[in-house]
Amino acid sequence: MLWTTTKRIIRSGFFNFSRNAFVSLSSVLVMVITLSMISSLIFVSAILNASLQEIKNKVDINVYFVTTADESDVVAVQETLRTLPEVAEVTYVSREDALEAFKKLHENDQLILQSLDELGDNPLGATLNIKAKNPSQYEGIALFLQSKQTAEGTSIISDVNYYRNKVTIDKLTNFIASAERLGSILTIILVILSVIITLNTIRLAIYVSREEIAIMRLVGASTFYIRGPFVVVGIIYGIVAGILTLIIFYPVTYWLGGVTSNFFIGMNIFDYYTQNFGQIFLVIMASGIVIGAISSYLAVRKYLSV
Amino acid sequence: MIYFDKVSKIYTDESIALQDVSFAVEPQEFVSIVGHSGAGKTTLLKLILAEDKPSSGKVFFGSTNIHNLRNNDVPEYRRRIGVVFQDFRLLSDKNVYENIAFSMEAAGRGDEEIESDVPHVLELVGLSKKIWNFPHELSGGEKQRVAIARAIVNQPDIIIADEPTGNLDPVNTYEIVQILKKINDLGTTVILTTHNKGVIDSLGRRVITMENGQVVRDDKEGRYII
Repeated sequence: MLWTTTKRIIRSGFFNFSRNAFVSLSSVLVMVITLSMISSLIFVSAILNASLQEIKNKVDINVYFVTTADESDVVAVQETLRTLPEVAEVTYVSREDALEAFKKLHENDQLILQSLDELGDNPLGATLNIKAKNPSQYEGIALFLQSKQTAEGTSIISDVNYYRNKVTIDKLTNFIASAERLGSILTIILVILSVIITLNTIRLAIYVSREEIAIMRLVGASTFYIRGPFVVVGIIYGIVAGILTLIIFYPVTYWLGGVTSNFFIGMNIFDYYTQNFGQIFLVIMASGIVIGAISSYLAVRKYLSV
Repeated sequence: MIYFDKVSKIYTDESIALQDVSFAVEPQEFVSIVGHSGAGKTTLLKLILAEDKPSSGKVFFGSTNIHNLRNNDVPEYRRRIGVVFQDFRLLSDKNVYENIAFSMEAAGRGDEEIESDVPHVLELVGLSKKIWNFPHELSGGEKQRVAIARAIVNQPDIIIADEPTGNLDPVNTYEIVQILKKINDLGTTVILTTHNKGVIDSLGRRVITMENGQVVRDDKEGRYII
């Protein structure tokens, strides 16, 4: 009995879908727009996250030593830093290396090279470049270095650049966070709008069938039996729209992939799409099915009263 | 079988559809309800179908108070009633077979039962030849016969026919009334509303006459008197 009913509901769902081809087409198209909004939300937040991650990775601390510092003392500091659990990597740049790098950077600037020669002595101190395991740990490392600076009286450390960078990093982090929030709010509003449009389109599709619903009620069809086929149609809309959206996003992300990988730090959304296809597939299909089913469920309610 | 106990239906103070109506319909009776438009005939039928609730009073079907039924029980209840309308109300994109099968499917009947019952019931209304035709290929009388077939196929306890001959010529009117009589002879209660004097006079069955929402006459072998 239940199986017969379910079979009939599914069959008449498919029948309704193909019979009202034009109405089905418009409902599917509206739903494709909704699902594209959701996909865009996924991509935008992926891009913003990747950018934030990239910027966080660029964060480091440079410790500048005075020119008179002994190499052994600097190496000793390096060793102490290595023992800290927060530190991922400490690179030692000797005075000579620093000079080489400086010369290389300004190899086209004769004035600077001349003044270097005139100085005679190497004016640059050794440097330690520190990378933390987690960006939030830089503060602790910077504090540690500062305490070391004051404790040893005449310190060999001339400068720690963390506090200067910190302002810029915080600004960027805030900027990305608010960009992400703004993007999410905009997308959520657009998604809500398109869900409402989908609901109305499906309601229109069901309006066509109101006579049929009235007759079904009179011959004693149960609410479940009347509503079932419409919910099935809604689910079919969702599946078809989901597949269309996924197909559309293939060339779109391919085309945008080049642009984004130049624009954003090494992030190619086409690669992101293909690598995370399973997850995106599930999200889009589930959204389509849920939106379709709920819209139909709500839309048919109006004609079921009395 | 059906019992109206002091039923009133008041939409607004100015519009009173039924006022203090009481009567009973016995099993296997053939009852005609006559009256001018707006006399309350359709409201009466809507109350029996649980499409509307009375403002006061009770309507019983057997021993159940119809308007105490829970929403979930209403479809089950409606399967015990077959309805025929003036405007046929067939589904235009389904053929004759499907229109009747549809009503059986909704009632949860099995496929085999549907396949054997639909031709049988079409034979009863004399429409076996048109089983695969669509409604737009049928005449008014034929459409009404399909509607009657759909109403009786689930073997209801009662048939309600709301001006079933309103859109038909005299010949078809006569035939539809004959079919309703045949159904009644087979043991199904029939409630018929009509404007047609000839139908009532030829039937020679019980007639309830309504006026301004009230029952003004109830004759055992009535005639059309307004």
